[in-house]
Amino acid sequence: MHYALSDFVLDIAQNSIEAGSASVTVRIEEDEASFAVTVSDDGRGMDQAQLKRALDPFYSDGRKHAGRRVGLGLPFLRQAVSMTGGGFAITSERGIGTTVSFSFPLANVDTPPVGDLEGLFVQLLAFDGDYEFVVERSKVEGEKSGSYRLVRSELIDALGDLGDSGSLVLLREFIGSQERSIFVP
Amino acid sequence: MAKMTLEELRKLRGEKREELRKRDVEGKTIQVIVGMGTCGIAAGAKDTYEALLKVVDEKKLSDQVVLRQTGCMGLCYVEPTVEIAMQGMPTVIYGKVNAAVAREIVEKHLIGKTLLDDHIYDKPAADIIKK
Repeated sequence: MHYALSDFVLDIAQNSIEAGSASVTVRIEEDEASFAVTVSDDGRGMDQAQLKRALDPFYSDGRKHAGRRVGLGLPFLRQAVSMTGGGFAITSERGIGTTVSFSFPLANVDTPPVGDLEGLFVQLLAFDGDYEFVVERSKVEGEKSGSYRLVRSELIDALGDLGDSGSLVLLREFIGSQERSIFVP
Repeated sequence: MAKMTLEELRKLRGEKREELRKRDVEGKTIQVIVGMGTCGIAAGAKDTYEALLKVVDEKKLSDQVVLRQTGCMGLCYVEPTVEIAMQGMPTVIYGKVNAAVAREIVEKHLIGKTLLDDHIYDKPAADIIKK
């Protein structure tokens, strides 16, 4: 089981990248009561039968590791959501893409901590490959609200290769500044 | 605090590049690859990745090190896993790499050119390394 909510986001988004997507969007909406995430991609998608099997922990398509009998990403997430009284939905269409939405109530004692979101965003954007990745982050606290958007192609344009550790240090700094100033217009 | 703009980020990167150009690092790229499958994430690969980035920056190796992520490398029982490919050293996959071991890898393998024998679990999968 994953330690933090940000780990679940990383896991699900990594599925999207491995599904051969040209574009992946991760939206994170946080308020005092809940932490809601939507991961949508235009990857290879699944038909109804595959979708059902994807939620079975004792199933893997074996594409990556022949002979493997488990696929735990989605089942882990669904288990954590049901333990905490959150919400979970997945829709997918073969050849069109997949959207996974989930939310956790922050007040539930079993809800894992949010974890390091800045580190999460660095990692989401720094996966290898030629695809677009957009992070949309918003937060509401009382009367205050703020948001920002990170677009992988814009960041690559500014920083060059995001695998380069020099770029990664600057990317982390950049995301940190967005996160810290989320309530500053 | 004011939000950094993309323009400011570009400027910072430009300054850093200029700094790096002064050093001769041609062909000395070190590839560090962290396994980020469900197994890796559950075992704390995020902390490993963060630690590697921090120590590489601290040791001023960021002009040489390319830090990448991949999915599961097939060694779920010893996650988090880290693969290192660099000139003058055999390419290896290290397992059970927590933040402390990540520091050791940078200090001993990347800088000291010695292997961490207790953490070697495999030679690499051919499809992971980019030629």
